[in-house]
Amino acid sequence: MTQTAVTEPTDTPNSAPRPRRRSNDRSIGFDVVAHIILILWSLLVVLPLLWVFVSSFKTTKEALGNPLTWPHSLHWQNYATAWNDSGVGPAFINTIIVVGFSLVIVMVLGAMCSYVLARFKFFGNRAIYYLMLAGLTFPIFLAIVPLFSILKNVGLLNTLTGLIITYVAFALPFTVFFLHAFFKRLPFDVYEAAQVDGAGEWRTFFQVMLPMARPGLASVAIFNFLGLWNQFLLPTVLKPDNSVLTQAMAQFQSQAGYAVNFGALFAAVVITVAPVLVVYIIFQRQLRGSVVAGAVK
Amino acid sequence: MSSSVSTTPAGRPARPAGRGRRRRLTFDRVSFFAVFLGVPLIIFLVFVVSPFVQAIYYSLTDWGGFSATMNFIGFDNYVKLFQDDTFVRSMRNSIILGLVVPFVTIVLALALATVVTIGGSGTGAVRGLTRSNLYRVVSFFPYAVPAIVIGIIWAQIYDPGSGILNAVLTHLGFDGAKNYAWLGDSRTAMAASIFVIVWSFVGFYMVLFIAGIRGIDPEIFESARLDGASRVRTAVSIVVPLIRDNIQTAYIYVGIAALDSFVYMAALNPDGGPQLSTLVMSQDLYTTAFTKGQFGYATAMGVMLAVVTLAFAAVVFIVNALTGGREKGGRR
Repeated sequence: MTQTAVTEPTDTPNSAPRPRRRSNDRSIGFDVVAHIILILWSLLVVLPLLWVFVSSFKTTKEALGNPLTWPHSLHWQNYATAWNDSGVGPAFINTIIVVGFSLVIVMVLGAMCSYVLARFKFFGNRAIYYLMLAGLTFPIFLAIVPLFSILKNVGLLNTLTGLIITYVAFALPFTVFFLHAFFKRLPFDVYEAAQVDGAGEWRTFFQVMLPMARPGLASVAIFNFLGLWNQFLLPTVLKPDNSVLTQAMAQFQSQAGYAVNFGALFAAVVITVAPVLVVYIIFQRQLRGSVVAGAVK
Repeated sequence: MSSSVSTTPAGRPARPAGRGRRRRLTFDRVSFFAVFLGVPLIIFLVFVVSPFVQAIYYSLTDWGGFSATMNFIGFDNYVKLFQDDTFVRSMRNSIILGLVVPFVTIVLALALATVVTIGGSGTGAVRGLTRSNLYRVVSFFPYAVPAIVIGIIWAQIYDPGSGILNAVLTHLGFDGAKNYAWLGDSRTAMAASIFVIVWSFVGFYMVLFIAGIRGIDPEIFESARLDGASRVRTAVSIVVPLIRDNIQTAYIYVGIAALDSFVYMAALNPDGGPQLSTLVMSQDLYTTAFTKGQFGYATAMGVMLAVVTLAFAAVVFIVNALTGGREKGGRR
């Protein structure tokens, strides 16, 4: 089937001038109900996050007291405690390293692989593509135990390198699947022209095809960033010493029951969530519409 | 699925790269294929495919994981699985999640997406609500929050003493909610967990459906409106059938994620909940492998999880086909 990226030039499905008619009462009622539903849902999403944010400025005593009160004063100390004493700081930096390298590598490899699969005919092309698709559907849990021993055997267990390679491998199917559609749509004439002008395959890819696939690359990169930043199972098994943010958070929570620094726990949550939310808000326009091309097959 | 003959946007059949003459095997081309296809494929085969294949073999052994010795024991692990009350319990819980979570998530996401896209004014052109973009952006937030953190946040919200849920309920006059442990009572632990999982999924699928609905030809909406179809009728008779494929794919994705659920459950109820009421297969697998060191037995659990997952996907496909899903290639 054809995969179409949906662009949204306007907010409405139809931008044709519409006749100005007075809406009747029933329609106003519907509008009100619709808005109420959406507002309720938005509150359900935002309020928990807001509560965490407010609580991150409370002292432990306040956090354990009435949850509905505002903090007495802004207890910035929590952020310092979370960053320094609970391992969130180093884990944050490790996460940036691991996610950064994985993201760059998987984007390059994924673009290369999907380009070849989408534009060249050779024996086994379809088979490789479907094998990649299958990699998307199997539960990672089935692979996790053998993966542990593979990394152990090659000496990459407990290393950031091992984690990066695994991240790349498991993000590859999604990347290839998504970019396949983009490369398929690029006009073949441009490729021909580049070939006639004497560009080799490498040059054609990096200087002609890759820049043309930029919109697709941007969306995939955002999805991969979110996915890798949120990864929990792989680091938990392959890197057991709490060096990645999600692990540090889990560790922090399990301690919190005893050591009870709830203000710092909330601060750690904010430290973890804030960068991703900011990235999302900045780039959310890139995601508009392009979602559908990747998720529909 | 893409057909084997690719088409350019203009609809002309694409020309195969090597048409006409055979390309010579220059260094440029050989190195190109080796690096562009070879490198990603090797990484994929070694770190993704081979573990899956090995898992099936390990599940037939008594391997402990840390020793080199293992014996082939056939299907003993699988027999043991079904006599293992804890595992049967976890499998039941996972299946409950696989049944409830996708259904609730998809219905909710679809309803919200429909309201945003065609819930606008009842007269004139079919349009979305005003300020719907804000709702769309906000709804997507949970997708940007790591699942473990979502679990932590909700564990705090549900906390009997210091959580905001009980505080709000008590404030509203529900005195029974005072110090009620939502996750500590086997009557509510599962439902409370399901709520969290749905909360984290809905926004993403809402955005997905919004994009799908915006892709529908506006003229279809126009003619429906001219024929006097109400907004509810439009949603049921036009939107749902036309984005049916999106719904099916989304249903399968949510289902796979719900059958896993490891992260949420690990954060909400690390020990499997009161009377194991929220223990899921993936949690049992994790403990069996990495705490108890029974790798062979744990991979058998992994295989069962994969079987349940594939069965789930198959059921979704069959149901979709039986209820009139369009045949492959029948689009447009």
